[in-house]
Amino acid sequence: MTQVSMTVNGVAASGDVEGRTLLVSFLRDQLELTGTHVGCDTSQCGACVVHVNGEAVKSCTMLALEAEGAEVSTIEGQAAPDGTLNTIQQAFQDHHGLQCGFCTPGMVMSAAALLKENPKPSEAEIRDYLEGNICRCTGYHNIVKAIMAASGQDVSAIAAE
Amino acid sequence: MPKDHGIGASPKRREDIRFLSGTGNYTDDINLRGQAYVHFLRSDVAHGKINGINTEAAAGMPGVLRIFTGADFEGVGSIPCGWQITDKHGQPMQEPAHPVLAQGKVRHVGDPIAAVVAESAAQARDAAEAIELDIEELPAVVNMKAALEEGATKVHDDLTSNLCYDWGFVEENKPAVEEAFQKAAHVTTLELVNNRLVANPMEPRVAVGDFNRASGDSTLYTTSQNPHVIRLLMGAFVLGIPEHKLRVVAPDVGGGFGTKIFHYAEEAFCTFAAKALNRPVKWTSSRSEAFISDAHGRDHVTKIELALDSDNNFIALRTDTMANMGAYLSTFAPSVPTWLHGTLMAGNYKTPLIYVNVKAVFTNTVPVDAYRGAGRPEATYQLERVIDKAARELGVDPIALRRQNFITEFPYATPVAVEYDTGDYHATMDKLEEMADFKGFAKRREASAAKGKLRGLGMNCYIEACGIAPSNLVGQLGARAGLYESATVRVNATGGLVVMTGSHSHGQGHETSFPQVIAEMIGIDESMVEIVHGDTARTPMGMGTYGSRSLAVGGSAMFRATEKIIAKAKKIAAHLMEAADADIELKDGAFSVAGTDKSVAWGDVCLAAYVPHNYPLEEIEPGLEETAFYDPSNFTYPSGAYACEVEVDPETGKVTIERFSAADDFGNVVNPMIVEGQVHGGLAQGIGQALLEGAVYDENGQLLNASYMDYAMPRASDVPFYQVDHSCATPCTHNPLGVKGCGEAGAIGSPPAVVNAVIDALQSAGRDVTHIDMPLSPSRVWQAMHG
Ligand code: FES
Ligand code: FES
Repeated sequence: MTQVSMTVNGVAASGDVEGRTLLVSFLRDQLELTGTHVGCDTSQCGACVVHVNGEAVKSCTMLALEAEGAEVSTIEGQAAPDGTLNTIQQAFQDHHGLQCGFCTPGMVMSAAALLKENPKPSEAEIRDYLEGNICRCTGYHNIVKAIMAASGQDVSAIAAE
Repeated sequence: MPKDHGIGASPKRREDIRFLSGTGNYTDDINLRGQAYVHFLRSDVAHGKINGINTEAAAGMPGVLRIFTGADFEGVGSIPCGWQITDKHGQPMQEPAHPVLAQGKVRHVGDPIAAVVAESAAQARDAAEAIELDIEELPAVVNMKAALEEGATKVHDDLTSNLCYDWGFVEENKPAVEEAFQKAAHVTTLELVNNRLVANPMEPRVAVGDFNRASGDSTLYTTSQNPHVIRLLMGAFVLGIPEHKLRVVAPDVGGGFGTKIFHYAEEAFCTFAAKALNRPVKWTSSRSEAFISDAHGRDHVTKIELALDSDNNFIALRTDTMANMGAYLSTFAPSVPTWLHGTLMAGNYKTPLIYVNVKAVFTNTVPVDAYRGAGRPEATYQLERVIDKAARELGVDPIALRRQNFITEFPYATPVAVEYDTGDYHATMDKLEEMADFKGFAKRREASAAKGKLRGLGMNCYIEACGIAPSNLVGQLGARAGLYESATVRVNATGGLVVMTGSHSHGQGHETSFPQVIAEMIGIDESMVEIVHGDTARTPMGMGTYGSRSLAVGGSAMFRATEKIIAKAKKIAAHLMEAADADIELKDGAFSVAGTDKSVAWGDVCLAAYVPHNYPLEEIEPGLEETAFYDPSNFTYPSGAYACEVEVDPETGKVTIERFSAADDFGNVVNPMIVEGQVHGGLAQGIGQALLEGAVYDENGQLLNASYMDYAMPRASDVPFYQVDHSCATPCTHNPLGVKGCGEAGAIGSPPAVVNAVIDALQSAGRDVTHIDMPLSPSRVWQAMHG
């Protein structure tokens, strides 16, 4: 067991982990931040996406020890302290961008990373960027729409609700 | 103006707040004090005899609490099957035992052999690797045709063959159908495969068993679509725990799509082991494990023949299907290729004579059961493909051919034993023609051609049967369960309501849509209504959510219970206002006496029910809480017409979906936003089946694509924005809400449209391609073009 320390959602966090402990396990099991999900074991689904030092990272593909000293932010840290959803979260609710909610934390974290590097992405750019995030429920329509809306684009002309 | 409240409004989903902020409560988020972890050692061969399991070294590994094998489960029941099919000779299907852990033999890759319970998941996994297995590999039966051959290796030694049943429907129709084929002016024949799919809800299955030695109570937390069904099956048939000593909780569930209906061995194991060890025991499936242990879907091999007269009227239909059951019978597996498939073969058409034959086959593969649509996509696909092929052979417009044969009068009794209550197939087709802009297609085809791409347009109709019912009928058909739904509506003293429903939401948004119904009925705000579901200790006995049944059956139960509440509340209001019961009206959350200005608010009546100082105690009991069980008199029959436009790259065979339009008739709609979301999700799964997905076994029974690296799940860039419409509504006539079902429509209606579109694209380029089996991968399309 080795001690690891990092900042998670602005709060100092530390714990003892094995060399093989994944960042996602550290977050879920030791810090009880269960908003980050595990949907696969081949680094494909994106349910586990968090930000490490500002970059979107699949936390199932990073060892907890590799995050030593890092600034980590998870879905639990996205809303304001009074619970008000951030722009992306709110757009997902407004546009029905989630159903079962299992992929949602990863989608929101990926969307945030996308909008940081590309503040007004096109439909095609969003779809491409979400290559590593699988959703089985929504058919992606309302996820793409929500991300466009969150970036301030007018989505009223997009088919359906 | 769209409504902002009640039935027909689209309020934002209240459950989204917890899902968006990471505070959902999925089963894997549940950790109990003192919890141990189980890892299942699974077979890596498809068929084998277990000669020995040496657990000695593994038992001594760090953290190991106990290792279980099949021997520990000898006195325990078999995982039961919930539906018995009677074959065409009147004999019951062959039903093999399905042990919790393998006994004597393994029958598919993934079959659990041993279970290691340890202090941590990693320790359990490490120890499982140290178990020494002596397994003698036997020849595997994978191909259904080979499995049925004389002398084929048997999956189950104690059965007479690999044939589960040979079902004929309707057997008495067979001679008349054959005669019609003799007389036909034209017969179109199509052989096709409905590809095996893996449901893949994004949340893998999880089970946490708990036991309280002081009370003797067991609790199972599980990723289920129907906790009461699991309690009944596991308690009564496997573990022998009476229902009052067993609680099953299905909290937030991350998608189901059918594969979380069934009772699985891992659930029974965790419940059993928690008692044996007197500690909570948790199992979390990995995705790789899910591929070889979650029930798969579809996997039919079919030959369909359509007979037409000289005026192109459909005069008869004959279909022959082999349906894969896998190695064991999953909970509802036998019903899928029979009652959920054969009964749909009339589709939207007045074909007078239909005969359906289905042979269900055991193979050394993962069990196959219901997956979104379950039987109905298989029926729709073959029917809508053969009609398209017939139109091409006859040189007629595929839409005109369909329209000519549409059922136009309702109710309509089909030759396959169901009665459609309502529908308007011309209306949805008219709508589709407008939405999909068929007129503009030629221009779009030219534009594609200018880019060197082949553009194709495909369409199809579909009919669906949702909310399978009534119980007395399904009992005759072999169901070992009832198919009602329940709701308890509890009104609190200050007027707020709690609805305890037997339906279960795993993405469908019941917490938002169910209150809309009550808000409409009483005239109060949705925020006054809370929904409780997913816990056998808190909800009345209910059958759960599958087959697009929640609103039509569960919503109707809630409606009936609310009617009882309103009837009683009116009596109380009448007493308070000193008026006759019959004169009381309820509107906008207030009771009034007809023709007067007397009125009393909803909340005051509720308070009187619980503080009955001024109350007709001689006539009615205090309190305001009612339960209803609703058993529908018929299925509901949503229908629609779908169109797909594709581009095919002739260089590579790659297909891209350019447009997809869906015109659906769901009857009345409570929450349009949620309904449209359900259609979107179904469409992506249908497009996935048509273009990308398909579980592939090799001849040794190894699943070749058991991960997301190999099994092509639809991604955002594989699908377009969809155009969906549900304005052509013919309300259901036999449920109080006039609603049908919408959850599976997209997955049922879309695969034939995609395939029809690709065939159209290839034919437009002069390629004589009449059929390609799904998934239409680039290599298959390219080969078809160059074959
Ligand atoms: S859990 Fe990390 S990508 Fe799937
Ligand atoms: S909302 Fe269920 S997987 Fe995306």
